[in-house]
Amino acid sequence: MKPKKSHLSIRDLLSEAAIALTARPGRTLLTAMGTVLGVAALVATLGLAKTAGSQIVSRFNELEATRVLIRPDNRNTGRQDDNQVSLLPWDAGDRLQRLNGVNGAGTKSRVSVNDLIRSVPEADGRNEYQLSVIAVSPGTFEAVRAELLTGRFFDEGHSEGKEPVVMLGLGAARRLNVTRVDNQPAIFIGDVPVAVIGIISDVAREPDLLNAVIVSDGFAREQFGLQAPEEVHVDVDLGAAQLIGTQAPVALAPNEPERLRVSVPSSPRRARSGVESDVNALFLILGGVSLLVGAIGIMNVTLVSVLERRGEIGLRRALGASRSHIASQFLFESAALGALAGVIGTALGVLTVVGVSARQQWTPVIDPWLLLAAPAVGALIGLLAGTYPAWKASATEPIAALRST
Amino acid sequence: MRLPVVELDQVQRVFPGTPPVEALKPADLVIYEGDYVAIVGPSGSGKSTLLHLLGLLDQPTSGTYKLDGIDVSGLSEAERAGVRGRRIGFVFQSFHLLAHRTTVENVMLAELYRKGKPKDRRNRAVAALEQVGLGHRLDAFPTTLSGGERQRVAVARALTGEPSLLLADEPTGNLDSKTTGSVMELFDDLHRDGLTIATITHDSDVSARAQRRIRIQDGQLSEPDSESRAEEAALAGSRVNTGPAS
Repeated sequence: MKPKKSHLSIRDLLSEAAIALTARPGRTLLTAMGTVLGVAALVATLGLAKTAGSQIVSRFNELEATRVLIRPDNRNTGRQDDNQVSLLPWDAGDRLQRLNGVNGAGTKSRVSVNDLIRSVPEADGRNEYQLSVIAVSPGTFEAVRAELLTGRFFDEGHSEGKEPVVMLGLGAARRLNVTRVDNQPAIFIGDVPVAVIGIISDVAREPDLLNAVIVSDGFAREQFGLQAPEEVHVDVDLGAAQLIGTQAPVALAPNEPERLRVSVPSSPRRARSGVESDVNALFLILGGVSLLVGAIGIMNVTLVSVLERRGEIGLRRALGASRSHIASQFLFESAALGALAGVIGTALGVLTVVGVSARQQWTPVIDPWLLLAAPAVGALIGLLAGTYPAWKASATEPIAALRST
Repeated sequence: MRLPVVELDQVQRVFPGTPPVEALKPADLVIYEGDYVAIVGPSGSGKSTLLHLLGLLDQPTSGTYKLDGIDVSGLSEAERAGVRGRRIGFVFQSFHLLAHRTTVENVMLAELYRKGKPKDRRNRAVAALEQVGLGHRLDAFPTTLSGGERQRVAVARALTGEPSLLLADEPTGNLDSKTTGSVMELFDDLHRDGLTIATITHDSDVSARAQRRIRIQDGQLSEPDSESRAEEAALAGSRVNTGPAS
């Protein structure tokens, strides 16, 4: 007849660990402190890095990401005037339009006009206003995503024919009291009469157009002596900005592309990884070190408790516990302690992330897996820290242990 | 005919070392169902060695030990633990109650290393505590109990699960004479109910209550009044047969 082996159910093991940990709650918490801090540091670090990273991503918006702006780079050159003339070609819009991924491209230049703008139909007695005059190429309307309120955009024909036609931004139209363009009302730029053929109700970029009198490049060169385009605006497909940014200077100034300055939206991925590597390295090391210290703390206290509880170990052996039952009891206790520390540490870490986010007005972002993994890391630390004490406990001789009082 | 609970056949225990110590010389011993045996002897004589061998806390160097007819010499560690937990109840000099658990929880520990429902365990623990006269102190903590009460709790724990053998190691060593008396009466009651008891003691009052006395000196086992053994055994047997629990 084979005798029955002794038996210890998981439920009993759990309840024994729970009783042992709650018997001296103060000591349990102090023992767990190192691991609590370690886990909290790790969760806070990873959570804050993720939060900061997501902040940049949420600032990333479609409008910014599809905008490319090209200007002559005159920062490092003394000869800016004559160079500017040659750098940006008048047909910049057409040239860029041919690139794959470009939705619209055109030039935009301020025209210096000292005279006031005058409207013919006198509204409230006053009919002269200080409005800016801006020269654009037809492609610019697409590049800034202009919306037409009434009338029409001017085209290549108007520009090449240097025709005296203008468009008004909505603000400028209101000032000048121009509401209808079907009869092409005339306004005066200084003494030059021009016909209004369209009114722009809105633009996605370059809002100064809304308060401006918009003339064609050709007319501006002829009438106001505009020398060269000031800047080239490009609307690109989402994700094409970086590529267009490298291609555009070559397309515009094949001989000296390096003299053009291109503004492209910063790559969100790059910004994010930069933030993460900055924040992470130091704090992850700190978290790791406190986890190690925490593990040593758990191991020390568990070793002491194995010595203190020799009588209990002997008793349990007498009551039928095998060596492995004793070992698993101490392992369970330290793993449960580690898991408890992990849960508390995770909570503290999350609170830190939320607190910092509230202060910075960020949206806290934490990986869900982090909330599961962190207590598991705590439990693992506890398990590892408990291995040696558990072995010591299982090696305790019940005879000697029972004789000690 | 009463069945043997303990059968030692040429059991010897030698502790390795230079020189090796022969703590127990080859010994034969049979303890029958319902026996109440006192093991006496000066300190260092091998009493504890014998007790630990009987309690399966130690293994003999040679010889065979049968408990309830099971040869326990050849068992694995886990199997011996199982036999120990089910068939032997221990009572210690220093009680070994866990301080942070109530009386009934301490008694329930006796069945921790066996399969069973917590509720059944609790019921059996309560019954055992009532048997030792502590039914009114179920939820007391050991620190609030007197020495005699603590030892009764330990006895209740040892009785839970109906062991074949109650092994006591100086059960009254930490008690004053008055409480010693009450614990000894409890042992007498248990003996009358048919429980097999082996107790180590150097208190002559305690050993006088036992029905058999085994002396151990320098590792040598002897039973001084073994000539009267058959007679006493017959007497004890009749007690068992007519006793209230049988």
